[in-house]
Amino acid sequence: MNLKSDLGRVRGLGSAKEGTRHWWHQRLTAIALVPLTLWFVIAILARLNSSHTETIEWISFPLNTVLLIALLISTFYHTILGLQVVIEDYVHVEWTKVSLLILVKLGFSLCALASVVSILKIAFGMG
Amino acid sequence: MAGNPLSPHLQVYRPQLTSVLSIMHRATGVFLSVGTLLLLYWLFAASIGPDSYAIARSCMSATLSQIVMAGWTFSLYFHLCNGVRHLLWDIGWGFELVTAYRTGYAVVAMSFVLTALTWACVLMQRGGT
Repeated sequence: MNLKSDLGRVRGLGSAKEGTRHWWHQRLTAIALVPLTLWFVIAILARLNSSHTETIEWISFPLNTVLLIALLISTFYHTILGLQVVIEDYVHVEWTKVSLLILVKLGFSLCALASVVSILKIAFGMG
Repeated sequence: MAGNPLSPHLQVYRPQLTSVLSIMHRATGVFLSVGTLLLLYWLFAASIGPDSYAIARSCMSATLSQIVMAGWTFSLYFHLCNGVRHLLWDIGWGFELVTAYRTGYAVVAMSFVLTALTWACVLMQRGGT
């Protein structure tokens, strides 16, 4: 016996009211972050004593610019998805939960934007 | 509500490697989300100019910042290694109890080794200049 309504069956969604997007995007960003993080850590360790000019030069090199933007977007997106789950699991007062979710999503989106603008500013020689 | 049977709560279970690593994955994730702000600050300072970059660098080389950064380094490596363990579970590998424990211990060992290597690298370069 199927207790689902026809509409529910057509939409194919459970009580979470959404599909696998969240889960899948968390995995996609995780896969991207494995090589990106390792690359970044090694690059930073090799340049610990770099001057401002050397750092600017390194960030401006096109491959590094692209990888850095990819790293920061993936990181902040992965952060938003992860914190969302933590908040949904542990915060049970509805208005606190929604406020925190809004704060996390808007705040970290702003961080992602700010980091991309900083990288591009440097890459286009305005740093 | 009173008298209703309840499912056993988390508190009644003895901590095991698998459950401890699971909650640590979350804790390091939350801790790292604060760490991303440092990365943003570094980039932001670099984009503004040499003066703000110098300020950012001196903030980061303070002893207290270095201790927090050591914590972030460990969290990063733990979350990275355990994240790979999760991705392997996602493709269906490593669910056997023996394997789950082996990969769990491997994650802990790797996190400590990588953190130690990273900071050895940092301290050696500091001594060199």
